[in-house]
Amino acid sequence: MAAPAAGPVPPVPVLRIVAECGRSRARAGELRLPHGSVPCPVFMPVGTRGTAKGLTAAQLAALGCRICLGNTFHLGTRPVSGTGGLRGALGLTLSRPCPELPNPGGDRSCRGFPAGFRRSPRRYRGVTGGSRSVPGLGGPQIWGGAMTQRDVPGFAIGGLSGGEAKAQFWRTVKLSTEQLPRDKPRYLMGVGYATDLVVCVALGCDMFDCVFPTRTARFGSALVPWGSLQLKNQQFAKDFRPIDADCGCPTCQRYSRAYLHALLRSNTAALHLLTLHNIAYQMKLMGSIRDSIVQQRFPEFVREFMDTMYGGRGGPPAWAREALESVGITLA
Amino acid sequence: MRLKLLGAGGGRLGSLAGLGRGGAGALALPGCLLYTRTGAAPHLSHDTLREVRGVPGVAHIALPALAEIHDVLEEYKEGAAKFMGMPDAVIYCSLHDPVTPCPSGYNTNKTVSLWGSSGRMEVTASKFMDIQRAIQPDWFQCICDGDTISGEAGRKRAKKSVDRSLSFLDICLQLQEKSPELQGSVMFGAIEGGDVLEERLRSARETAKRPVGGFLLDGFQGSAMAKETKLKLIASVTAELPEDKPRIIHGVGKPDEVLECIERGVDIFESFFPFQVTERGCALVFSYNCHPDPEATVLTQNGIQDLEKNGVREDQEEVSKADPEMTPFEISLKDKKYHDDFGPVLEGCSCYCCQRHTRAYVHHLLVTNELLAGVLLMMHNLQHYFGFFGAVRDALRDSKLEQLKELVFRQALQRH
Repeated sequence: MAAPAAGPVPPVPVLRIVAECGRSRARAGELRLPHGSVPCPVFMPVGTRGTAKGLTAAQLAALGCRICLGNTFHLGTRPVSGTGGLRGALGLTLSRPCPELPNPGGDRSCRGFPAGFRRSPRRYRGVTGGSRSVPGLGGPQIWGGAMTQRDVPGFAIGGLSGGEAKAQFWRTVKLSTEQLPRDKPRYLMGVGYATDLVVCVALGCDMFDCVFPTRTARFGSALVPWGSLQLKNQQFAKDFRPIDADCGCPTCQRYSRAYLHALLRSNTAALHLLTLHNIAYQMKLMGSIRDSIVQQRFPEFVREFMDTMYGGRGGPPAWAREALESVGITLA
Repeated sequence: MRLKLLGAGGGRLGSLAGLGRGGAGALALPGCLLYTRTGAAPHLSHDTLREVRGVPGVAHIALPALAEIHDVLEEYKEGAAKFMGMPDAVIYCSLHDPVTPCPSGYNTNKTVSLWGSSGRMEVTASKFMDIQRAIQPDWFQCICDGDTISGEAGRKRAKKSVDRSLSFLDICLQLQEKSPELQGSVMFGAIEGGDVLEERLRSARETAKRPVGGFLLDGFQGSAMAKETKLKLIASVTAELPEDKPRIIHGVGKPDEVLECIERGVDIFESFFPFQVTERGCALVFSYNCHPDPEATVLTQNGIQDLEKNGVREDQEEVSKADPEMTPFEISLKDKKYHDDFGPVLEGCSCYCCQRHTRAYVHHLLVTNELLAGVLLMMHNLQHYFGFFGAVRDALRDSKLEQLKELVFRQALQRH
């Protein structure tokens, strides 16, 4: 695998929009990357060196994962390897942090942000740069402002995965996508909960990464359309059903909840089986989101999704309702 | 189950056929079982295991993990293999896990203690058979008293191990006759007797009189028994056993010891050894290619050179960090010297890990405690180990066992 080329960013448009939702700001498209194209909206599992923790590159590819988030720092120490699809991840160039860091309240990039953001250093890991800490920078920021005029292939929206109140979270995402050009991909960093993904697609984001699905798998938690199953719990000891009967992943095809519950005690293979399933879940979710946008029924999809997830629990959270409302999607 | 021997010298070359429910399973001999923990190879999911070449046709699972979910299996009713997502597999259920230590002093005339993740379970012959009825294994080790390995067992204790095990065997055979679920299951009788020759012979002869499907050489685990004693006893025991039934040994894994046992009439081994190597962050690199092909010779030399390098310490501090359990057949990839070694784990190895990744990468995964380290190392170590058994069978077929022995024993003498 060649190291990412140094020098000026190529001007070829990365994003090709294939469909847009008539009501919300959701779009479906394709990211054209040096090693192939990736459909979007897309979720990128986080993994060092093209692997998501215990999974091999081959397993990820088999799940339909065409891109994942790596850290180029590590890439520098390793030569040729990997399957064609995953090399795309390394060819992706995103916006670099602006050398003149926007100061809170001063620069025009911060204008219009709701008041009262926490000021805390945010660690940001971009595909091109390795880890960077940004001390003194107030709360959620777009690495844009001055950037929107620049000829970069896309934008990363960061600083929003630190557990801030959801009410502020969605407003900031919406503000960000409003400010960013339509024809370039918007990558919302660190967002991965299913509900958050659906809402943020509605708000106009195209790319996501998050450790959540893979990390929660390693704690024995399996993601399902109606929430999650904590498979270490005794209630699953004699549950002979698969995690999700409608999931076609290798884990659900072969193993029951009861077996996974037993395997979790003695063999890390259980963690890998759950990681496989959780990534399959994320891929399936994004695929369904994209299909529904292409088929012009995204609002309907959102309503069904919320119903499945929150139907038995008194309805979707208020913040999600408001966020969707703000882009023209009303929940029942 | 049918055992066919091809009559080669130096070892019992042959095969077992007609295994499993459908009768389609087979195992080449001499061979090893696939070590599993609760039905899955350690660290490996079904598809990653599929990438490993030479996986043997019989999977080994230890009883304690299944005993702990006895109630679940009873409710499930369809047997452990299907429960574990391997309905077509051939399963051998051993009494203990080779990797879990069995504290001494807990067996009685009527019970044996098993050690699982939730602690000690005391089991009678009758309870043992209840559990086996829920498991429905293809092969299983009969409950026995093998608590003679601590090195403190004297004559009396050795005699007791034989008496108890025979008594358990007779009870279990009777119970098996009355159990429809176990009609297709093959019971292996355990040969006990500690390090006392008379007791070993008695155990072998008496066990051979019973209608068991195969024999298990038990009580040879650990390092308390002197090597010559161990080898002499193994040879004496197998001499008493019928030719047409397979002989399994527990607790023997290192390649030199495997060869010694094969020469003395043992057919089947476990594969816990590559798992232990994996757990200490090591990779098997010993050579077993004794064919005089010039290209292969180079690869052989490379492997041996790596082992020789184990003995060369540039940095004295490294000596103390080496795992004391490490054998001369492996390299420790945690060692700093691999951090910029961009060659494969073993030159010439065709496994998934060696085809795609480097020593430096595996080193990095180990140092950062990444789960993938276990996955890649397990794939390599299993494939290498299965390859070794393939080489043993080839050597027997081509009458080259002596060369193979010489090659392996030479490497066994490397210091680290």
